[in-house]
Amino acid sequence: MADNNYVLEARGVLKIFGNHVALDGVDFGLRSGEVHALLGENGAGKSTLIKILTGAYQPDGGGIYVDGAKVSLDNPLHAQTFGIGTVYQEVNLLPNRSVAENLFLGHQPRRFGFVDFRKMEADARALLAIYDLHIDPASELGTHSVAVQQIVAIARAVQLSGKVLILDEPTASLDRNEVERLFEVVRGLKARGLAIIFITHFLDQVFALADRVTVLRNGKLVDTRQLDALSRTDVVRLMLGKDIAFSGATDVEPSENPDEVLLEFKGYGRKRGVLPFDLTIHKGEVVGVAGLLGSGRTEMARIMFGADPADQGTLSVNGKPTAIRKTTDAIKHGFGFCPEDRKAEGILGDLSVRENIVIALQGKLGWFKALNRDEQLEIAGRFGEAMDIRAASLDMPVKLLSGGNQQKVILSRWLATDPAFLILDEPTRGIDVGAHAEIVRTINRLREDGMAMLVISSELDEVVAYSSRIVVMRDREMVAELRGKNINPGVIVQAIANHPDEAVA
Amino acid sequence: MKRLHLERLANPQLLALVAVLLINWALFPNFFRISWQDGRLFGSFIDVLNRGAPVAILAIGMTGVIATKGVDLSVGAIMAVCGAVAATMVVAGYPTPIAVVAALAVGIACGLWNGFLVAILDIQPIVATLVLMVAGRGIAQLITEGSIVTFNEPSLIFIGTGSFLGFPMAAVIALVLMILVTLLVRRTAIGLFIQAIGVNRAAASLAGIHSRMLLVLVYALSGFCAAIAGIIVAADIRGADANNSGLWLELDAILAVVIGGTSLLGGKFSIPLAVVGALIIQAMNTGILVSGFRPEFNLIVKAGMIILILMLQSPLVGNAAGFFKRDTRQAGSK
Repeated sequence: MADNNYVLEARGVLKIFGNHVALDGVDFGLRSGEVHALLGENGAGKSTLIKILTGAYQPDGGGIYVDGAKVSLDNPLHAQTFGIGTVYQEVNLLPNRSVAENLFLGHQPRRFGFVDFRKMEADARALLAIYDLHIDPASELGTHSVAVQQIVAIARAVQLSGKVLILDEPTASLDRNEVERLFEVVRGLKARGLAIIFITHFLDQVFALADRVTVLRNGKLVDTRQLDALSRTDVVRLMLGKDIAFSGATDVEPSENPDEVLLEFKGYGRKRGVLPFDLTIHKGEVVGVAGLLGSGRTEMARIMFGADPADQGTLSVNGKPTAIRKTTDAIKHGFGFCPEDRKAEGILGDLSVRENIVIALQGKLGWFKALNRDEQLEIAGRFGEAMDIRAASLDMPVKLLSGGNQQKVILSRWLATDPAFLILDEPTRGIDVGAHAEIVRTINRLREDGMAMLVISSELDEVVAYSSRIVVMRDREMVAELRGKNINPGVIVQAIANHPDEAVA
Repeated sequence: MKRLHLERLANPQLLALVAVLLINWALFPNFFRISWQDGRLFGSFIDVLNRGAPVAILAIGMTGVIATKGVDLSVGAIMAVCGAVAATMVVAGYPTPIAVVAALAVGIACGLWNGFLVAILDIQPIVATLVLMVAGRGIAQLITEGSIVTFNEPSLIFIGTGSFLGFPMAAVIALVLMILVTLLVRRTAIGLFIQAIGVNRAAASLAGIHSRMLLVLVYALSGFCAAIAGIIVAADIRGADANNSGLWLELDAILAVVIGGTSLLGGKFSIPLAVVGALIIQAMNTGILVSGFRPEFNLIVKAGMIILILMLQSPLVGNAAGFFKRDTRQAGSK
């Protein structure tokens, strides 16, 4: 592969965790003097690939090549000797030590066996000058802004490795000016011939900085392209699935009878959450929410449910003004919420399937109207059967179930409370095909039964299939509401990607 | 229910308790000899029940706290504070019931303070309760004005040294408290909610559980239990010793809960088994004393015994030996 001049290359990399194939034969090549963006939704395999490229994980198949020669990277320290350095989203330096110490920790200049602080600080000053950073090397690192700390981290990584630099969401906690400053540094390094991998969720930054882009989806390589030949829409399409069928929506009768209005959000929003939005939701209607990760989809759901209460705007439920300040308020009004991160916020792992199903109903009943074991078994059994939950026993810990069955358990938990409005955040992510179909079937059945739902999903085909309307989120703002029979994944992708200077009719 | 009882009899905690008692019996043949004097039972075994009561009572409150993935380091200090309150009030001439109620109220207030720090201010439990662990002894010394406050009020002394149907009062109080608290958490949904918070507080809150209120409640219960233990210990020695009352007992209580099978990571818990844990600890203490070993051995033997019990509870040993099944249903599904 010498014709490609790859400094770092992954060929057919395979990584398996248990039953889960995290990376399925992924090829990735990095050239000197380029910024190469690595994109993909959560769970696409970005971080697994990075960990393999830096030696933190060992691949189960395929190989890593540095300058065309196959290498085996035992650990990140070993990878450093091949010239591969990484800077993570959270600065992993020592904030309580000086800037100079952080730069040279582990190989401080020595004199008579002691650290030569004067030389170290002089070296640090010289090194930072390259990055146009003029700070006192003796000052404590923690006293500087995150942006400065990031630059110090980059300087350290480049100093130690010097060939390949991996930036894993370095801009996540930076403001606009700081991002620009960081980009200047990165461009400087690129000009010096470094090969740079850049991971981010912000498309703007990809277009501002990167030369080429590699997109992963569900552990598979989608494509590697030159960025100047791509539009934002193209990139979004690559990320969300280029094989999406651009067919019309399944006929869903939008029941927009004004008598049937269940919820009316007006100017609803939260500082640092989502900009104020208006949304009316009718009974027997599924409203789909589309948008990239970090676009404010989940934040909107949490605001609606009172997990992060709104600090502006009004809500009326069945025409009556209602205030939802905490989740129990929302539940009292018949809301239910299946969160995106099942493991962290959904399941109670060590508790049984039975307890996991009855917990929300029991929470609604209160402390003293306890469901006894038989009642719990009856309720859990009823929903377990209706949702086709595959568990050896209702008394087994829910953490032993597959992801799909866990999702059904959480859905059952809310159905047991007989909700009027259900919020589902990525209900079909990371679950097997059978459970996937079951959940989609359930959404359709519930809609026919008159339940109102808000479904957040990256699976555009799926959202189109069961939603009567789709709202599109971008940069924490509701930017579009698509309705009618002309909704299709293509229109949604355009709405997601739509940029003022690239408006699509 | 019958099946449940059979399962309980086969659990490692009760087996360990029986083993410790048998060892005591082997080393000291009179261990189980019980005599009847002055309308009450006497003997080494009865002594285990009596001396084990304060830690058992602390363990009852501690179980709830640990099940929420917390810990309460302040219970020893709360014992000292509440003992001091009860003692100084009866010395000042207040009737015993008022002194006891005041001491219990102070214990609950201490617990509410801990709960406030943990649930509302989101401070880590180990740090939050450390505050009162340190400050509590100082408060107790302020109340007793630096001296050991002694008293001769018979009704207060009765709580520590009296008897009920021949059994030591302290053990009876511990038993009644165990039954009441167990009923409270098992017959209501509180037990389930406590487990849910311990397993995953974020998920529990999203499922509509008032996790803050419940957390405050478990710390308040722990403070209440510590107050009872403090009154018993003060009544037993007929005085409030701000420096030594309840000293290091928080560690025994935590150990009792852990021996009782409640994980420090929160979740499933058992109050009766925590009480059994407290009895195991006391049976070892008493056994070493009556069998004539030097008391220095106590700590080493205790440590060895704890290692043994915890090994028995380790899933690794459980799976390897098939010696016991902590949850037969879970094991069956694998």
